[in-house]
Amino acid sequence: METAAPRGESVIRADRLDLTFQTGDGPVHALSDVSLTIDKGDFVSFIGPSGCGKTTLLRVIADLEQPTGGALTVNGVSPEQARLNRAYGYVFQAAALYPWRTIARNVGLPLEIMGYSRAEQRERVARTLDLVNLTGFENKFPWQLSGGMQQRASIARALAFDADILLMDEPFGALDEIVRDHLNEQLLQLWARTDKTIAFVTHSIPEAVYLSTRIVVMSPRPGRVTDIIESTLPRERPLDIRETPEFLEIAHRVREGLRAGHSYEDAE
Amino acid sequence: MTAGAATGGGKAIPILVVVVAIVGIWYAATIWLNTPWQRDVYQREGRDWTVSDLVADTMAQERPVLPAPHQVAIEIWQTTVEKKVTSKRSLVYHAWITLSATLAGFAMGTVLGVVLAVAIVHNRATDRSVMPWVIASQTIPILAIAPMIIVVLNAVGLSGLLPKALISTYLSFFPVVVGMVKGLRAPEAIQRDLMRTYSATAAQVFWKLRWPHSMPYLFASMKVAVAISLVGAIVGELPTGAVSGLGARLLAGSYYGQTVQIWSALLTAAALAAVLVSLVGVANSYVLRRMGARP
Ligand SMILES: Nc1ncnc2c1ncn2[C@@H]1O[C@H](COP(=O)(O)OP(=O)(O)OP(=O)(O)O)[C@@H](O)[C@H]1O
Ligand SMILES: [Mg+2]
Repeated sequence: METAAPRGESVIRADRLDLTFQTGDGPVHALSDVSLTIDKGDFVSFIGPSGCGKTTLLRVIADLEQPTGGALTVNGVSPEQARLNRAYGYVFQAAALYPWRTIARNVGLPLEIMGYSRAEQRERVARTLDLVNLTGFENKFPWQLSGGMQQRASIARALAFDADILLMDEPFGALDEIVRDHLNEQLLQLWARTDKTIAFVTHSIPEAVYLSTRIVVMSPRPGRVTDIIESTLPRERPLDIRETPEFLEIAHRVREGLRAGHSYEDAE
Repeated sequence: MTAGAATGGGKAIPILVVVVAIVGIWYAATIWLNTPWQRDVYQREGRDWTVSDLVADTMAQERPVLPAPHQVAIEIWQTTVEKKVTSKRSLVYHAWITLSATLAGFAMGTVLGVVLAVAIVHNRATDRSVMPWVIASQTIPILAIAPMIIVVLNAVGLSGLLPKALISTYLSFFPVVVGMVKGLRAPEAIQRDLMRTYSATAAQVFWKLRWPHSMPYLFASMKVAVAISLVGAIVGELPTGAVSGLGARLLAGSYYGQTVQIWSALLTAAALAAVLVSLVGVANSYVLRRMGARP
């Protein structure tokens, strides 16, 4: 199961990825010429306007979508093999909880499937629910929770088992600022502690800068990588790092990158 | 979900109004339909009659074209409460004979329907090869093949409950197949994608996603299936001149012009169907509530 690469080795390697959806009204070019390397222990954020292919890229990495061109390896093997090795946890853009399961049983779903013992299931569910501040909601059904709480439950579900890659599609999009700050901190701590590799989609520039070691800026039609910004921030990041000039400088660069992507779109 | 609503107090009055209206229309129809024969009787006897005589007499004929509601009610009372349930003249006895075949056929039909649906959903070849036969099976009128099934099974020594139950099975598996194929295919793409990210086996996807997701579909099809299972059992009692069961009562009633007996058997069958369907409804709300459905 563990094919984890040592720190610094590339975990996800995309080479000239291309994906065109064949739809009822013509082909949609969702990804074009995406080349990218994510190293072990990286925290990479994807940012870009709606419809630029962020979800699609994550789904390709997760072997939920087949690229129509280019090459991709995950943990040094094909995405399919990586999926079969249960190499990643995926947080979908929607919570996708099963409505007939309680919150605890939703979080325990991957553990059941992967054959963890009862005792270990209980222990892990309790631990991850605590991590997302949902202790006390174990026996509630999803419809009894707010949208943001449901999303947190879906994050807990992805953290419940030990995948060393986390693919997160706008996980904090539905949350208020305070909860978002809290979860951002929690996620950073988890990342520092476990040495996971995280690919993270967001629409928020401060969030991307605060969390990431690298920020990938994308532009739409066709979806392509327009800029990759290396963060110069230290790995230890208190929340007030967001007021430092260094932080604002990186945020500014991301914003410029997004602007360039937009004008690129206008020129077409 | 709907069974709970039907028992709500707010619906009692409209239901009562409808019942009263039906009984009223029934009485009017009784008088109207039985008048010609009653007039003949008066003529033959050469006796004078008033309208009130006519009204009273049309509701008291022994073999009316349409028996009055109270005649049927009295007949039902006499053949249920006032007869031992083991008596051949007890409606409870006949209802039980039909009910046992219905339940056996319903159980077999549901299992068969679910098994076929599972095969169809999991296997493209079954989907193509089985589904057309499933649909074709229902285009054959049951009245045409019921006698053949009964006769053939009798010839190989099977009689009594099983042949009737098989006719019920034949009718009831169909809604279950159709409903469950739809239900098992109903999970959304994102719910299936989640299973894929865990590289869950087909069996895990079935038990943890498809099966629980299809429960509302299962109960909806079971409501239809239990009602037509009853029809199947009654039809199965018609062609052989069976001596017991609601179907036999219908047949015997029509041989001897015993319309009161026919109507009481019919109403009993209808009541039985209503009870069976609402029992499925109760099971439906119980299961779905346990699965966290909104109350
Ligand atoms: N299954 C599909 N079939 C056809 N077209 C698709 C499919 N999935 C995505 N697309 C198209 O591909 C493009 C990229 O979609 P994608 O969901 O990756 O965008 P996104 O960057 O995640 O957007 P958002 O920020 O709104 O979530 C869009 O134009 C979308 O319409
Ligand atoms: Mg998206």
